[in-house]
Amino acid sequence: MFDIASVRADFPILSRTVRGGPLVYLDSGATSQKPYQVLDAERHFYENSNAAVHRGAHALAEEATDAYEGARETIATFVGAETEEIVFTKNATEAINLVAYAFSNATDKARQGIEVDQRFVIGPGDSIVVSEMEHHANLIPWQELCAKTGASLRWFGITDEGRLNIESGVIDSTTKCVSIVHQSNLLGSINPVREIMEMAHAVGALGLVDLCQSVPHMPVDVDELGADFAAWSGHKMLGPTGIGILWGKSELLNSMPPFLTGGSMIEMVNMEHSSYAPAPKRFEAGVPMVAQAVGLARACEYLTDLGMENVFKHEQELTAYTLAELAKLQGVRVIGPTDMAERGSAVSFVVDGIHPHDVGHLMDSKGVAVRVGHHCCWPTCRRLDVPATTRISTYLYNDKSDIEQAILGIKAAQDFFGSASRVSA
Amino acid sequence: MSEDLYQEIILDHYKNPRGKELSVASRGQSHQVNPTCGDEVTVDVGLNTDGTLQVAYTGQGCSISQASASVMSELINGKTPDQAAPIQTAFMELMRSKGQIEPDEDLLEDAVAFIGVSKFPARIKCALISWMALADSQIKAQLTTEMR
Repeated sequence: MFDIASVRADFPILSRTVRGGPLVYLDSGATSQKPYQVLDAERHFYENSNAAVHRGAHALAEEATDAYEGARETIATFVGAETEEIVFTKNATEAINLVAYAFSNATDKARQGIEVDQRFVIGPGDSIVVSEMEHHANLIPWQELCAKTGASLRWFGITDEGRLNIESGVIDSTTKCVSIVHQSNLLGSINPVREIMEMAHAVGALGLVDLCQSVPHMPVDVDELGADFAAWSGHKMLGPTGIGILWGKSELLNSMPPFLTGGSMIEMVNMEHSSYAPAPKRFEAGVPMVAQAVGLARACEYLTDLGMENVFKHEQELTAYTLAELAKLQGVRVIGPTDMAERGSAVSFVVDGIHPHDVGHLMDSKGVAVRVGHHCCWPTCRRLDVPATTRISTYLYNDKSDIEQAILGIKAAQDFFGSASRVSA
Repeated sequence: MSEDLYQEIILDHYKNPRGKELSVASRGQSHQVNPTCGDEVTVDVGLNTDGTLQVAYTGQGCSISQASASVMSELINGKTPDQAAPIQTAFMELMRSKGQIEPDEDLLEDAVAFIGVSKFPARIKCALISWMALADSQIKAQLTTEMR
């Protein structure tokens, strides 16, 4: 196990004060804080090797290209992937859009009589399957794809406890793609994605897994997921903003039409037509996010040094503690699983008589940073009949004292709004 | 600091809302949502025979959004559109003020309590949502009537 005090010392922001007291950062599900190792890696790149990659005949261009491609290799190793299966995107949202657009672009081309891979051609009578606990980023791209192509969108519902309800018949022979979140950012539920990917493959559909809330918090090996594609963001795993990852099987990536087009992604260019580079370059048009890749690779090394098993174990203990402490509060209800089986570290809750915005504001007045709102999961909130929630989401730098501060913040909100008396009345 | 935001007047309007679910012969309705947090307010505007406004609202959301709707309906109900306009302008100015102006209490009455909200960028939208719905419902009403 790692030493929390020395981990915390690596994160400069954790030593600042907020609203006159120490910062208690419990919003890592939205974005993580960054250790100085990651900040230094980015700074070192800019100070020593900055250049546009994959062009230029000078020493800096070589160094920058090595740094960029070396980062790809480090990130691939972190999730057990092949290097050429890692595509850099702006964020996870773009990574999912890239796959959704592969379907709509292939379908458009097929309509023009252009030869495309039939696995990506979709139309009326076909279906896409998601779930009712998806982040908007893994819902709206598919809604748009269906609107453009006439395919229908289907979804697995969720139980009152916030578990995925894997009904039979949702995935069937009409299904072209199944896209499911690994761990819900709102509920914390961890889904049996391998089982769902097997269901997808059994009917010849492709499968994508949204790893945004799992890769930062637990050991993930892309092969074990049984998926065809996976998407996650860099900034939730100690890395910089502005970089996300699409992992895809090379055979599929190379069968897909391009997404964003322009420089860097080409093979041959003529005025009449062009051909495209093999993946991953095929999907990396323009000068890419080199410093961010370097920073993210350093974040992967940092996490590897601590051990992802240890990170997961630490957060499991902290989540169990959080759930136990919340259970002691009258008038507080957790939205999502209350047991630790297949459950991650995002803990949403509502407080009787106090809107989540107000709960969050009162917690902030104690220096406790939490997320409030629908967490980009509006249909999930609607399904569980809450307008919004307050969410505590921890990471490797949090400890029990942070949770204790959060509990004090909730109690302060209850005192302030007098809800405790209203509940007992 | 919380006391700065949540003044007693605001908490009172939140717990005892005025003008909520009033019966109004609606001439214009506007439903506004805050997509970042899910706050919702629907405002109905009608006209009394003396030319003054009837304002009713329904909604759900945080204390700031709901108290602001209550204050808004109390202030605007029974005012002519000409009397309402400077109040609406003054409230917008108050919300843009970052707490740096001295609000006109004769004009804004209970709405002066929202001065603290203007210092919290994340909450300004909460306070404005019902006022936006009011302005929008007035535009809709004017489209179909000879209001003013």
